[in-house]
Amino acid sequence: MSTTLRLDGREIPFTPGQTIMDAALAVGVYIPHLCHNPDYAPHGSCRVCMVGVNGRLVSACTTAALDGMTVESNTETIAATRRSIVQLLFVEGNHVCPACERSGSCQLQAVAYYVGMLSPHFPQCFPQRPVDASHPDFMIDFNRCILCELCVRASRDHDHKRVFAVSGRGLASHLVIDSPSGLLGDSQFAASDRAAQVCPTGAILPKHRGYEQPIGQRLYDQAPISVVGDLRAQPGGD
Amino acid sequence: MGEPVNSQVQAFVARSLDLRGLAPEQLLQHLIAVQQQFGWVPPAAVHALAAALDVAHAQVRAAVAFYAFLHDQPRGDFDILFSDNITDRMLGNQRLVGLLAERLGLGLNETRADGRVTIGLTSCTGMCDQGPALLVNGQAVTALTAARVDRIADLVDEGVPLARWPGAFFRVADNIRRCGLLLSNPVTDGASLRRLLENGADTALTELERSGLRGRGGAGFTTALKWRFCREAEGGDRTVPRFVVCNADEGEPGTFKDRVLLTSYTDLVFEGMTLCAGVIGARLGFLYLRGEYRYLVPHLESVLARRRAEGLLGKGILGQPDFDFDIAIHLGAGAYICGEESALIESLEGKRGVTRKRPPFPVISGYQDRPTVVNNVETFLAAARVVQWGGYWLRGEGTDQSAGSKILSVSGDCARPGIYEYPFGTPVHRVLTDCGAGEVQAVQVSGAAGTTLAPAEFDRLLAFEDLPTAGSFMIFDRSRDLLELVRNFAAFFAHESCGFCTPCRVGTALLRNLVEKVAAGQASAHDLQELRDIGPLMRQASYCGLGHTAPNHVLNTLDKFPAIYQRHLRSADYSPSFDLDAALGCARALTGRDGVADHVEEEA
Amino acid sequence: MLSRGVIDVSAKPRIATASLCGCFGCHTSLLDIDERILQLVDLVEFDCSPLTDIKTVGDCDLGLIEGGVANTENLEVLRAFRRHCRTLVAVGACAVNGGIPAMRNAFALRECLEESYVRGVGVYHPGIPRDPEIPLLLDRVHPIHEVVKVDYFLPGCPPSAETLWTFLTAWLSGEPIAFSYHQIHYD
Repeated sequence: MSTTLRLDGREIPFTPGQTIMDAALAVGVYIPHLCHNPDYAPHGSCRVCMVGVNGRLVSACTTAALDGMTVESNTETIAATRRSIVQLLFVEGNHVCPACERSGSCQLQAVAYYVGMLSPHFPQCFPQRPVDASHPDFMIDFNRCILCELCVRASRDHDHKRVFAVSGRGLASHLVIDSPSGLLGDSQFAASDRAAQVCPTGAILPKHRGYEQPIGQRLYDQAPISVVGDLRAQPGGD
Repeated sequence: MGEPVNSQVQAFVARSLDLRGLAPEQLLQHLIAVQQQFGWVPPAAVHALAAALDVAHAQVRAAVAFYAFLHDQPRGDFDILFSDNITDRMLGNQRLVGLLAERLGLGLNETRADGRVTIGLTSCTGMCDQGPALLVNGQAVTALTAARVDRIADLVDEGVPLARWPGAFFRVADNIRRCGLLLSNPVTDGASLRRLLENGADTALTELERSGLRGRGGAGFTTALKWRFCREAEGGDRTVPRFVVCNADEGEPGTFKDRVLLTSYTDLVFEGMTLCAGVIGARLGFLYLRGEYRYLVPHLESVLARRRAEGLLGKGILGQPDFDFDIAIHLGAGAYICGEESALIESLEGKRGVTRKRPPFPVISGYQDRPTVVNNVETFLAAARVVQWGGYWLRGEGTDQSAGSKILSVSGDCARPGIYEYPFGTPVHRVLTDCGAGEVQAVQVSGAAGTTLAPAEFDRLLAFEDLPTAGSFMIFDRSRDLLELVRNFAAFFAHESCGFCTPCRVGTALLRNLVEKVAAGQASAHDLQELRDIGPLMRQASYCGLGHTAPNHVLNTLDKFPAIYQRHLRSADYSPSFDLDAALGCARALTGRDGVADHVEEEA
Repeated sequence: MLSRGVIDVSAKPRIATASLCGCFGCHTSLLDIDERILQLVDLVEFDCSPLTDIKTVGDCDLGLIEGGVANTENLEVLRAFRRHCRTLVAVGACAVNGGIPAMRNAFALRECLEESYVRGVGVYHPGIPRDPEIPLLLDRVHPIHEVVKVDYFLPGCPPSAETLWTFLTAWLSGEPIAFSYHQIHYD
């Protein structure tokens, strides 16, 4: 017997055990998201993938699909909620797109375009965060970290290294690195790690190359993320 | 306490490892012990614990940074934290903080150069009926007065060890003012356990169902159902370990009834936990005690020891060869979020207290991913009585949907603050009359996360179907500026947000900043609209209850007490998000310029 | 709010522009509309702007602000624009979120000034300038909506000429302002 849910009026089949996000992605329906990556366990922290179920907002990435469920995603109210959440992420960090090498191929930026963000709206927090350039192959710019914990999950669950963790709490929450000095260069991190490949922003970047793709040819230059898909789902993605 | 040498730290950690074991779940307990011993968690302890427990350095550091009572920098020999709930403020704690700081010659959040003392603030320590209060090296000091603070300054300056401080400083009163079903009788002799053994778990569950008992932590989930789900989890496979957890992380500002229950109704609480273990088939339980109540540990341990000696706990309870159950006390370390059951379980496992995804709920996958019942202190107590005296006993009071009674922690502007037990369905005004509150402007029911009531609502009923409450009941008379309540709660939530999800992590900080802007007389109508927009965003989109409820006080007061905001507004339209003139302060200092042109005037 | 309705030829809408803490890249991008600038001057009257060299702003229908707020002069100009312009637009990354100049916010003002005027390479007479004619610096660079109410935001570093043209023509005609995917970018 087949199970289906109704997403914005469209019948979508799913296998029991799948989340709303799984079901949507499987049929090519885009629900914007940042902390979700199908390779890792759902996390539910960014709250960008909020959808409406029974008059409540739930995160599509963590909510199990149920037979006959009615899900709203593409409404102006939900779009406004998602826009506000992305704006919160932008004012929390220091996202200076013109000075970021990931610009144009950045999932945070692409999601912000998708939700129609023209300004950060809220006052900037302008936190003082360091850059860690201690590793020979990679750098971390903590200004750009959105605490999606994809690197944490990739390092723990795929690389089996636990190089990253989140420390502190509240607005002082921040990514930390597992090494005696706290520096990436002293950790077990390697350029070949999956954790090096999953950052949806420009927080974790390879060294020794820069701005390789000219403007116009970057991942999200020609088409929105709803068409192109996630950063890492692309064969060309680095 | 100065820099300990590494060998001292390593030796202490080794002893702690001997005492508490090598399980990674013990990490937080080891860290608390290290903090207590050295006044901070030195790097040598981080290294030693990471190696011994096989956890990442980063995880150890992350835990230290998460819990407010753990520090990666040395604190003073006397680490003094003033409770900073709104009720402490109403009792004048700010003046006393200033007094002590002046006497000791240091500022707030500073450690004196000689390393003798640190003064800081902390969230509500649960002494609201006998505040202002503070914690010194984790021990609660109550009923602060200028004279007491003066004496504390002397003791600190003279370096008198805490053990030789006047005992009266540490006296904590129960202040039980009104007894109902639960408080009338603190005595038990294992009667509910005998009932359980006589009649079986199914009968016990039937009585619990009949009683209609719902969780007293605020959410009100049916207790019988929770226990039954846990009992039947994993297909009822008895070989799967199950756990009982008593949530004594009483962190909601303004509540302190669990402290009294743990002090004077201790046996009933443990008996409720043991009963639960018997029903669900658990062999191990935890009392997760908030760090603020660590002074209770010796008492709790002594009751546990006695109960073991009496055959009410441990191996073969009441002579039943297959009824083994024991209780371990785990301390928290200053994190409100750990009152949320899944965050509490994370903390029990030694990690940062971050909420888990639900489902699965703890009854299916809790401590160590095993079926776990987490109940409030009061719930265990009530459950013990229900099984002893039968479901109808509880049903005899309360309303259809809210059977039995509720224990309230009453504080704020009233003649008789303390513990009051009422049948569910009691109107708010009844409580106000009983505790001697006059000229009441507002009541905050169920803590900072609860509801702000205006006088027109004082006939509302304390019950799940009207005003659900975990028991906090704070009273504000007409002399109070309720904006101070809002400032206090907004700062509280910004401090206590675990930081996991975006809306709560950033939203609580934005709310606090906006409220401070209002208080500074810098806000505009635009800012009030921002409060009205951010609040619902947090309510709808946050990951857990903390974020859902954190904006309640702002939204409630905007609706019910708009004047507290309006009278501070600077502009009808729009005002800068920062203080323009203050933002030039650095440049003025660096250039030595201070003319008229070097200042910015406010625009109307 | 942005609509001017039908254009009255006898009273062309007035536009003012200013660059605060920016690089004039957004103004240069406006010039990149190329020959359409002739159409634009037929349709609007330019008030205070680097393009006209008029120094003080009069009552205008539209104010375009490039750059963030970094000093007292920026503040003064921005507030004057807000007072005189019915519609105020943040143009470009710096006006929208502080942009590149706001990267100095990672440092204390003292560090910034000492790096430039005390320890910097090629400094012969070290000392932080104190001349009263030099606008005082704010301790941090802010986007303009943190100082005044802003009616519309055009992100980009700079927003492309097409983006600016789309905005201006929509605004002039009173049409809803809508951009194609390529017209909105933050870099």
